[in-house]
Amino acid sequence: MNGFAYLRPGDLAEALAFLREGDEASPLAGGQTLVPTMKQGLAAPETLIDLGGLAELAGLRVTPTHVEVGAMCPHAAVAAAPGVRAACPALAELAGMIGDAQVRNRGTIGGSIANNDPAADYPAACLGLNAVIRTDRRDIAADDFFLGMFETALEPGELIVSVAFPRCREAAYLKFRNPASRFALAGVFLARHADGVRIAVTGAGTDGVFRWSEAEAALGREFTASALAGLAVPVEDMLGDLHAAADYRAHLVKVLTARALAVISERS
Amino acid sequence: MTRLTLELNGRMVTDDVEDRTLLVDFLRARQGQTGTHVGCDTSQCGACVVHVDGVSVKSCNMLALQCAGRKVTTVEGLAQDGVLHPMQQAFHDNHGLQCGFCTPGMIMSAIDMVERHGPALDEATVRHDLEGNICRCTGYENIVKAILVGAKVMTA
Repeated sequence: MNGFAYLRPGDLAEALAFLREGDEASPLAGGQTLVPTMKQGLAAPETLIDLGGLAELAGLRVTPTHVEVGAMCPHAAVAAAPGVRAACPALAELAGMIGDAQVRNRGTIGGSIANNDPAADYPAACLGLNAVIRTDRRDIAADDFFLGMFETALEPGELIVSVAFPRCREAAYLKFRNPASRFALAGVFLARHADGVRIAVTGAGTDGVFRWSEAEAALGREFTASALAGLAVPVEDMLGDLHAAADYRAHLVKVLTARALAVISERS
Repeated sequence: MTRLTLELNGRMVTDDVEDRTLLVDFLRARQGQTGTHVGCDTSQCGACVVHVDGVSVKSCNMLALQCAGRKVTTVEGLAQDGVLHPMQQAFHDNHGLQCGFCTPGMIMSAIDMVERHGPALDEATVRHDLEGNICRCTGYENIVKAILVGAKVMTA
């Protein structure tokens, strides 16, 4: 691994100042992607700014309307929190499916969505639940946050503080895992909100997480598996690689959507 | 170089480390605690699992400096006064290994598993929660058996 300088700010203001001043500075959240990436030589920041000491980013709050997850909240904490399991069971379940137990003890929501890996789980929850990403300077709707593979609306030096998810019991996340990496070959987050259905797909699209609007409209009219008949995601928009061909991923998206629907029907 | 102080297996240690030092390299090369193994280069195998403040982590995926002021426990820190930890004893009694390379990580993950699930830990949960620990010899049968026995002793 290339050399770098390690800084550990004590609060958010100091972290932002370090990021402004640092050349080639990168924030370090849980490090479960960044550290392996640096070990492989695929990233080589000159300064690492460890966000682990920032109390402002650590909290997890359940309010009457929202579940607000601090950017540095590890997946294991979200998966185990009784408040999250009650208010938004699908969110807790998704957090419990990320990586493995050790990754979940360190990995954070802020790190996951700032990285926006096309096969990561949390981007699907943000998009499916219509979350708001709160940064040090503004609120960003999930629809405006994810801009394609590894791209987000974050500006240089901007830090995620928390993610606010509207409470939603009628939601489910189904994921078809790559058995080695635990990443999604395809993952579908289906949520039924008062104002309509949202379906977010991760792992499958060539341009990262996306909404399957055609199926959203169909399920909005009639929330049954038969409403999906005849629908398909365009194969040309699907990833194809040694793990799964594009047409197989397109098939998985539809199968997982139907299974998510079945989970929601059982739950309600 | 940065000065690092942390608690390792019950004793305070201070050392000057390069900022880029991984926790696993600090443990093995600087502290001579070679019970923690490196089995892969992709953070997938789990041979390097240790506890930081009582929670299992992959020490190849964390910087040593991220542990400043914290409590790190490796497999060497489990036995007390020459008596094996119940989980170590259970691996011994049930032959929960073949070559033994993955064993330190298995044991550290197993103890964390018992801490999380308590007496409710069952076989299906053990198999699921071992998803971050890879064994290429045994087929896991005796590892699972050992963890269930160790859990029983730990929660008795």
